[in-house]
Amino acid sequence: MAIKVMCQECGGTITIPDDAIVGEIVSCPDCGIDYEVSQINNGSIQLKIAEDIGEDWGE
Amino acid sequence: MNLIILYDRIRWEEKQIAEEAKALGATVTMIDVRSLPLEITSNSIKKEFDGVVLQRCVSHTRGIYYTAILEEHNVNVINSFFTTMITSNKLLTTLKLVKNNIPTPKTGVAFSYDAALKIAKDIGYPVVIKPILGSWGRLVNKARDQDELSSLLEARELFSDPLYQVYYLQEYVKRPPRDIRSIVVGDEIIAITYRYQPENDWRTNVARGGIVDKAYLSDDEHEIILRAAKTVGGGILGIDAMESDRGILIHEINGTVEFRGAASVWGNIIPRSIAEYAIKRAKN
Repeated sequence: MAIKVMCQECGGTITIPDDAIVGEIVSCPDCGIDYEVSQINNGSIQLKIAEDIGEDWGE
Repeated sequence: MNLIILYDRIRWEEKQIAEEAKALGATVTMIDVRSLPLEITSNSIKKEFDGVVLQRCVSHTRGIYYTAILEEHNVNVINSFFTTMITSNKLLTTLKLVKNNIPTPKTGVAFSYDAALKIAKDIGYPVVIKPILGSWGRLVNKARDQDELSSLLEARELFSDPLYQVYYLQEYVKRPPRDIRSIVVGDEIIAITYRYQPENDWRTNVARGGIVDKAYLSDDEHEIILRAAKTVGGGILGIDAMESDRGILIHEINGTVEFRGAASVWGNIIPRSIAEYAIKRAKN
C-alpha cells in the first residue's frame, strides 16, 4: 500500500509510489514543491527538498 | 555481471534501465555521485567500480568529471569521456559534425555583442541563439531581426557565467513543425520519433511539451545518423535532426538521452537495448 507523507511546506499529502527508490523525485500535489526520496527503511520513507534545476542540467 | 548506474537524480529512464538489466540477470548498483567522493590519487578506484558503469547524471558537469575520473582509472564507463565532453557542448558537437561532413545547420560563433550581430547578418534572419551548454531548449531563442537579437544579447551580457557570452548562432531552418529524435545504442538506431512542436512554442523538446510520434527514416538518413553517432565517439545517444530542403540536418546530439517520450510510442525496447548494450560491453 502506498505510503503517504506530509509536505513540510504546505501540509499537503504526498503519496509515495510503491516502487519508489532512493534518489527519485516526488512532488507535493498541492504546492508543487519537489522532494527527493533520501531513505527507504522497512516501509518508512524519508524525504529531503530536491535540488533546484541547474543551468547545466539536461540530457 | 554488475551494472553500476551513476545518477544525481533518478528519472523514469534510470528506473527502466535498472529494471531491464535485472530482468536480463545483471545485478544493479545505483550510485549517487553527490554522496560518493573519490580520492583520485589512489589506486583503488577500479576495484570500487567492479563492473560496467552507466553514467546517467542529469548535471552535465558532474557527468563529465565523474566520467573523466573513472575512465582515467581504467573503469569501463558508458558513455566515454570523449563522447560525454563533446555532446555536452553544442559548439564542440558542431565542429565534429562539420569535420566529418555530417549535414548540420549553418552556424556561427561570436565572442562579443558586435561580433554576434555581424555573424547573424551573414547567416541571415531569423537566427536561433543557443547557449553552448544546457538542454531541454532552455534559453534557445529565435530572433526575427537585429532588434530582437540585440535584446537577447543584452540579456546574455548580464549573465555572470562567461559561457553565456559565447554566442552560438544558427540559421533558423525552414522545417515542418517537428524534428526527428533518433536513439542510437552502439551501432544501431533503436527508435526514431517525430517531436512535434506544441502550440505556442516553436521548439520541439519533449521537456517543453513536444508531442511524440513514431518516425521512420530512409536508408540514406539512417546512414547519416549512424555516422553522426560515430563522429562523437558512439555509445548511447539521442540524435536530433531537422528535415530541410537540403535533406536532414543534425542539430544536436545528447549524451545522456531521455526517452520517456520515445518509449510512449516504442515501448521498453529502448531501456532493454541500453541494458543489453551495457551487459555486452561488460563482457568485452
